[in-house]
Amino acid sequence: MPQPTKFRQFLEETGTVARFTGQYFVQTGKRRFEFSELLRQCYLIGYNSFPLVGLTGFIMGLVLTMQLRPSLVNYGVESQLPAMVGIAIVREIGPVITALIFAGKIASSMGAELGSMKVTEQIDAMEVSGTNPFKYLVVTRVAASTLMLPVLVILGDGIGLAGAFIGVNIRSTTSWHLFFRQVLDNFAFGDVLPAFIKTFFFGFAVGIIGCYKGYTSSKGTEGVGKAANSAVVLSSILIFIIDLVVVQVTDVLGLN
Amino acid sequence: MTTIEQHIFPESPTTQDQPLIPEHMPTQDQPLIPEPQPTPKEQVIVIEHLRKRFGSNIVLDDFNLTVGKEENVVVLGKSGVGKSVLIKCIIGLLKPDSGSILVFGQNIPGLDHEELDRVRAKVGFLFQSNALYDSMTVRKNLEFPLRRHWISISQEEVDAMVMEVLDNVGLAHTVDLLPEELSGGMRKRIALARTLILKPDIILYDEPTTGLDPVTGKEISGLIVEMQKKYHTASIIISHDMHCVRLTADKIAVLIDGKCYAEGSFDSLQHSADRNICQFFE
Repeated sequence: MPQPTKFRQFLEETGTVARFTGQYFVQTGKRRFEFSELLRQCYLIGYNSFPLVGLTGFIMGLVLTMQLRPSLVNYGVESQLPAMVGIAIVREIGPVITALIFAGKIASSMGAELGSMKVTEQIDAMEVSGTNPFKYLVVTRVAASTLMLPVLVILGDGIGLAGAFIGVNIRSTTSWHLFFRQVLDNFAFGDVLPAFIKTFFFGFAVGIIGCYKGYTSSKGTEGVGKAANSAVVLSSILIFIIDLVVVQVTDVLGLN
Repeated sequence: MTTIEQHIFPESPTTQDQPLIPEHMPTQDQPLIPEPQPTPKEQVIVIEHLRKRFGSNIVLDDFNLTVGKEENVVVLGKSGVGKSVLIKCIIGLLKPDSGSILVFGQNIPGLDHEELDRVRAKVGFLFQSNALYDSMTVRKNLEFPLRRHWISISQEEVDAMVMEVLDNVGLAHTVDLLPEELSGGMRKRIALARTLILKPDIILYDEPTTGLDPVTGKEISGLIVEMQKKYHTASIIISHDMHCVRLTADKIAVLIDGKCYAEGSFDSLQHSADRNICQFFE
């Protein structure tokens, strides 16, 4: 009976991911934190992702502005274009799009890298060399991912707003100063903080799923490919689920 | 279990060839001094009643083996009988279901992580796939275990040790290359250098010549013997390559059905009438 088996597999995998996450917190609290490896991972994960995040952020801001303008013109509120684009980018589109791009780049690379390290016995070699491979490979990557995604989202939002500024100026003339004044005047505490906090959860989800899929991969090179693929799919779904939960929580707390 | 030779304290070929009374001992004309008895070789690995199963598949079943100081023991067996599982149990990468593995008197399955790391500093492991870190240069690959086990070592000492082991394996010029830039034989040599850099007392080799052409395989076998003589290590070598076995083995243990089916020297096992044993030598 395939359905109960798949459901059981789902439950088993959920339990394994939960155990893996628990192991992350246990190992994070233990001595000899790998600071140099954490910095290296921050560079690889953060700095190397910036061009992609910047490009997509710019295009996102520009296209969003161009798509919104006709509707706002129809309602006679074209002057609200900077404010509307700004809120859309900062509250929702910036964090989610950046997190999805990040998941595509980082979760797949973590899944493939750790998966290939596992099948070529590099993780075993690390353990034999007196290193806790979970701490060295998983804790550092998850921490770097959790810390770097919020930074990338802030930069992506900034570049997205720059794209929006250009989008606004294609059909009209608005000064840089006026554009950003209109954007910032319409921001409230509830627009920025929840959007910023959820990016830490997005980053954590991407890191933990990417590492989990790679670290537990098997079946040789086929398993490495599957690990990379399923890391992207699962972390992308988790980003939407976390987004949904955060929106509900902030709504209940009256932050929306 | 058929035992060809049971060596509780195995003798190496060098001690067998030595005269009973060394040249410097007193002759009949000299005053009588008690004759020194040959001391049993110190055992660095003692495996007793080892059992390991994966699900319903019993891999090791009451396996026993001893390895003496500076002794090379080759474990022979068909593919999939648990040879690699055996050495992974010895280094603590796998936990046996029961039995004891004493390495320098310490029972590996009972050690915590820190105690295990201290033992691992004395035990090198050459992986079948070499397991060189792809993202690191040869220098970083060799520095990695040094930095991990010997935390307070200076950079000058690290550099000197890296160049020493690279010189020993004849690959000093590859120090700044990445593993992907090396041939299969060179990678094996670098992996051996990484194993040797901590100056271990025991080295575990997992099929050191597999995947290499016969010429390179011979070179690696020769290198194993050369390094064993230089660093005075004891070894367990997993191999199917009979040239490597002949060259390196002081003792051979044949693993069949999870048990140590037979033990003995290359010559004694080669001339065995037991079909299960002689099939490896055909």
